[in-house]
Amino acid sequence: MAPPPRPPLFHSAGVRFAATYAGLLALSAAALALFLWWSTAGLLDRQTEAAIRADAQGLSERWDDGGIRTLVATIADRLAGNVDDDAIYLLADRAFARIAGNLDHWPDTVRETGSFYELPVTRVGMRSLARVMFYDLPGGYHLLIGRDVVVRSQLRQLLTDALLWALVIVGAMATAGALVVRSLFRRTIANISATAAAIAGGDFAQRVRLSGRRDEFDQLAEVINDMLDRIGRLMEGVRQVSNAIAHDLRTPIARARTRLEDASLHAATAADLRSAIDRATADLDGIVAVFQALLRIAEIEAGSRRAAFARCDLAAPLAGVGELYEAVAEERGVTLSAALPPRLPAFGDAALIQQAVANLVDNAVKFSPAGGTATLSAHVLPTGLEIVVTDRGPGIPREDRAKAPQRFYRGETARHTPGSGLGLALVQAVAQLHGGTLRLEDGAPGLRAVLALPVSAEAASTRHTAEAAAI
Amino acid sequence: MRILVVEDDKDVAGFVARGLKESGHVVEHADNGRDGLFMAVGEAFDAIVLDRMLPGGIDGLKILETLRSQKNATPVLILSALADVTERVKGLKAGGDDYLTKPFAFAELLARVEALVRRGKADAPTTKLVVEDLEMDLLSRQVKRAGQKIDLQPREFRLLEYLMRHAGQVVTRTMLLEGVWDYHFDPQTNVIDVHVSRLRQKVDKPFPIALIQTVRNAGYTLRVERV
Repeated sequence: MAPPPRPPLFHSAGVRFAATYAGLLALSAAALALFLWWSTAGLLDRQTEAAIRADAQGLSERWDDGGIRTLVATIADRLAGNVDDDAIYLLADRAFARIAGNLDHWPDTVRETGSFYELPVTRVGMRSLARVMFYDLPGGYHLLIGRDVVVRSQLRQLLTDALLWALVIVGAMATAGALVVRSLFRRTIANISATAAAIAGGDFAQRVRLSGRRDEFDQLAEVINDMLDRIGRLMEGVRQVSNAIAHDLRTPIARARTRLEDASLHAATAADLRSAIDRATADLDGIVAVFQALLRIAEIEAGSRRAAFARCDLAAPLAGVGELYEAVAEERGVTLSAALPPRLPAFGDAALIQQAVANLVDNAVKFSPAGGTATLSAHVLPTGLEIVVTDRGPGIPREDRAKAPQRFYRGETARHTPGSGLGLALVQAVAQLHGGTLRLEDGAPGLRAVLALPVSAEAASTRHTAEAAAI
Repeated sequence: MRILVVEDDKDVAGFVARGLKESGHVVEHADNGRDGLFMAVGEAFDAIVLDRMLPGGIDGLKILETLRSQKNATPVLILSALADVTERVKGLKAGGDDYLTKPFAFAELLARVEALVRRGKADAPTTKLVVEDLEMDLLSRQVKRAGQKIDLQPREFRLLEYLMRHAGQVVTRTMLLEGVWDYHFDPQTNVIDVHVSRLRQKVDKPFPIALIQTVRNAGYTLRVERV
């Protein structure tokens, strides 16, 4: 079986997961870089600007104290006392001609007050980079205050380069990681998808391989394997049943066919013909009855009747079964005795349980020898209900008991008793529908059939109130 | 009686129509849903035998629902191969009076149709049933034949009551199971025959004329066999 074709790149869930992984990684790296940038280079810029503003504030106070003369002296002082040698001052007159400061001339680009400029300057014969601000002074004077930022700008450049490289590396790692994620994903899915493909191709023995890591994928694989096992069992059941149907229905159909053909060839009188046709019709009715029983069992097994479950008292329906069969038993010389409690609370489908019990009683009466005794009794146990039907017939050998509830099973001793071999199958189906069991035990002698129905929350509460009422 | 048979299968329809005619009924036949609906709504019938799956775009349940929505109470027997309990419930909920699954025995169909018509003519609530010299008092729950008291067990009483209410008609074993025991499944053994034979022991055996008759391939009927 060829592996399934790979889906187009962007429809692949693996690619989607990988892309999501890479995207998230890149996004978080970018966020980190932005934060780093803001808290280093940004901080330096803000510090410079704060220093310039503080300087401007100080100089403005000096101006207020002593006018232009004091200002010039203060600038000279400050330049002299500037240890870092990064301060920049330029005091200019109305025509932007230099009066004092460490710049040779007024820079052409600086024409507006109140905003920062970053410009190249030449100071003491060296080219450098400065961040400056332009203030207007009363009397038409102009003042430029700034800081040399060439070192800081070099640092910033370094930082920018580092962050850009980091982004490139992150991008590469994200791509590599994405590829790993995708291949991991593919490999895990491939196991399940190969198994499914093999089964779709007809190899039902295939199962999903477990990695042994007991992770989510192993759990999924186990669930899938359980599902496949169950499907397998169901398919086996269906195969057995269809084989049984083909085999067991052939006999009565053949009989009906023979009767009709024989009558058509050999019947001498109209009465002979009519009676042969009647008997063939009866045979066909029997076949229809078998089909109806099969359909009913299938319907019960499908579980759709569970929707009609309700709280019910089985005492009356079971007494009805006892009464219905008592007459039949009596006619066959069998004593059928029923011992039922006055109340039998249960949760389920009373009509189905009644039919199941009717089948058990039917069998008990049918297989009891003349003069024998059959019993129908029921008990309320803490674990649930037990309905017990016993007879003194031939029983079922131990080795056949597991097979007895299968469809169309007929014991050696039952070969010559009328019946379809579906009675116990129906009882079994009803028991399972209610979450209970059918147990076939040795009645020493005879058969003891126990239909055990579990007590459900519903039934328990009913019994509880009944007991409370009794107290 | 005038009976409408809506059934698309030619063999089944012919078989049913022939049988009903032999039993003295007038039969009309429609072989598709459209004609069936047209006839059921437009004409008066005593009973309708209705198939569920019909050609012509209108199925049996649709006909039934239309009929009932027009307050038409003609008794309807649904005849269908759909045998599930759920399907049966669906048919009865739609307004069907009885439900018979295919394949069926004609005797069963005839008995049920006649029972439906009889039920439709709802006899006033009676306290006493009388067939020939057999009397049943429903209040004191006493049965007498030719003035002689007969002791019956409760179930035997109900069985006889059912037979007397349908006196002269054929009742099938399935009808008895449903009507007297309220069982809707076929027991494997023919339990009904045993109960009827017990009843015969008490009602017929001591008297010169038998009232409970066995109808071959069909069931039982309560009447005097006129030879």
